[in-house]
Amino acid sequence: MMTGQLEDNKLVLATLGVSIIFGGLTALDNVNFEMERDSITTLIGPNGAGKTTFFNCLTGIYKPTSGTINYYPTPEKLTSLIGLAPDRITTIGLARTFQNIRLFNNLTVLENILIACHSRMKAGLLGALFRDSKTRAEEKAMADYSYSLLEQYGLAKSANHLAKNLPYGDQRRLEIVRALATRPVILLLDEPAAGLNNQETKDLDAFIRLIRDKEKLSVLLIEHDMSLVMSVSEKVYVMEYGRVIASGPPEEIQKDPKVIKAYLGEE
Amino acid sequence: MSINHSKETHYPAKESFLSSFFRSLTEEIKAALVATLWFCFLTLPLVCFRINANTQKIDYLWERLPKVAIIAFVATLIWRFLRKRLSFSHVKDTLDEVSGPPPDEARGPGGSWVTYLMAAKHKKLYAILALAFLVTIPFWVSPYVVMILITALIYICLGLGLNIVVGVSGLLNLGYVAFYAIGAYTYALLNHSFGLSFWICLPLGALTATTLGLLLGLPILRLSGDYLAIVTLGFGEIIRLVLTNANFTNGPSGIGGIAPPGLFGINLNATVKPFLVNLHLMHKDMDLNKVLIFFIMLLMVILTIICVFRLENSRLGRAWLALREDEVACQAMGINRTKAKLTAFAIGSTWAGLAGVVFASQITFINPSNFTFMQSVMILSIVVLGGMGSIPGVIVGAIVLTLLPEYLRGFANYRMLLFGLLMVLMMVFRPGGLIQSTRQVYIHKPLENKEP
Repeated sequence: MMTGQLEDNKLVLATLGVSIIFGGLTALDNVNFEMERDSITTLIGPNGAGKTTFFNCLTGIYKPTSGTINYYPTPEKLTSLIGLAPDRITTIGLARTFQNIRLFNNLTVLENILIACHSRMKAGLLGALFRDSKTRAEEKAMADYSYSLLEQYGLAKSANHLAKNLPYGDQRRLEIVRALATRPVILLLDEPAAGLNNQETKDLDAFIRLIRDKEKLSVLLIEHDMSLVMSVSEKVYVMEYGRVIASGPPEEIQKDPKVIKAYLGEE
Repeated sequence: MSINHSKETHYPAKESFLSSFFRSLTEEIKAALVATLWFCFLTLPLVCFRINANTQKIDYLWERLPKVAIIAFVATLIWRFLRKRLSFSHVKDTLDEVSGPPPDEARGPGGSWVTYLMAAKHKKLYAILALAFLVTIPFWVSPYVVMILITALIYICLGLGLNIVVGVSGLLNLGYVAFYAIGAYTYALLNHSFGLSFWICLPLGALTATTLGLLLGLPILRLSGDYLAIVTLGFGEIIRLVLTNANFTNGPSGIGGIAPPGLFGINLNATVKPFLVNLHLMHKDMDLNKVLIFFIMLLMVILTIICVFRLENSRLGRAWLALREDEVACQAMGINRTKAKLTAFAIGSTWAGLAGVVFASQITFINPSNFTFMQSVMILSIVVLGGMGSIPGVIVGAIVLTLLPEYLRGFANYRMLLFGLLMVLMMVFRPGGLIQSTRQVYIHKPLENKEP
């Protein structure tokens, strides 16, 4: 198992001393976090521990008060994510889903995916108005791509249905596929198993592995469902009160007294 | 094979439509009866009570009630029938049949998804017939009707423009009339001071409105919802006040003598009109300049429809839709929120500018009272009542809202009351608007399979 100091070129994301203060509340306190390329890493912790805040820092919705966030789109290239706008961060390869599903409800499933292809398309205003051959070809290529993506992940049947009319499990899945359509290097999933039953959670487990292997990307997960966390993760970070209190492979985390204390309280 | 696929799935749908309608006939009648009762109840004072001016007493005209009831009942039935037919033949409702690619054998690497535009072949025919009909209108109606129709067309244009901002992008704009005013004043001033012609001012008016749309867009980028509405409301008032108080706009007295659009310098009324009137092809009091404006507006509305439709189903339009649906998710999809908002505002304003130029040339005299807040509300009502984000909806909404007050003139004092009542009723019974928006359907067209 990979523990201890990682080789730099294996990293895809590394934060150093990330803190964020809202008024008097320290939501994140000196978070050091590393993520290996093509790995599945999980962030767990009690409610209010700062997991989603950390996600929001990574994706540019919040700007950390201090600290650095380094992102390696390729092993040789380093980009700082501090101060970049959310759409820019998506464009350079970090895609996310949301804790409470945020689909484009009144658009069709296929359109949801097409929107995610936005940054890979070029057509501007004139292209839209004149529909020249280049624009038409691009539209068609993207529709084909979107459909093939839906087909791969079992949503092709509902391609023309409005997103809000999908069953809950499919909505979760669509949100993940939509994130995939932005062609991310890192996929950030915020509580993907929330509201799913046992069987659906098991499917999700397989689904996350499938995505990782097929799309060759790294997955960062926030999750409360321990069975999913323990089975799918390669590395687990535990947060409490805005701090990282433990990190390591799942089997070590399970035995860590600090983690047990955080979850079950003091004896 | 690929084309057959969509056709095959349409025919059975059509056949079963009538039978399905008659199967639910009792339900339809019930619904129509309820609607009739409501209508009679609501219009009771209007229909049955009349104050007799001579005797100062109320006359009760109960014998009118059954007539109104029958008309309402039949109208409701026809309306429901047409609506059902519309939604039935509509791609949305036959989605399960057409959208799912035919089961497994048709899927495959050779398949391709293409957009299925709503303009199916027979619909194109209808459109051409409708257009042919519209073109003949000025040749058999009175000048008054042409004036009303021009107004209706201008409002269609305004409605479609505002629809980009409000319906598609979800940015509530209560100051849309400001851009309309800017278009009108651009033409009025340039024509008045420099004698520039309509055709030069048309793009200039649009450009000015677009620029102002961009300028207004900048400070409101961080706002949304109610706050945005209030800022745009303020902007509309600022423009009106500037027009009222500035010297160069001639203040409240406005600008008169604006030239109508020319056609290669031909004096239409002197040359073409006698010819047409002699052939009994035109009303003798018709002003051919107005007829020209009618045709210009008709062309403009057609172009607007094409543009808005294309925009809506493009990369840019989808970015606007995403912005309307969820701003946070929209950004998470890599869409630049700032850019999307600005373009929506600017492009929406362009159409107001175009409509403004035509408006100025139509009434030849403009002053700030043409561009009050009520106008903004009117245009917004067109969008909301017609159906947010729906092109046919906005067109129907504009026609209803501009023609209705005209045809309600018969009701004299009750005109605006009835108008308000109809709006309330429409919103109660069809909160989504007259014609709700539907999304473009993509159909999978499998390529020819080489296998037997």
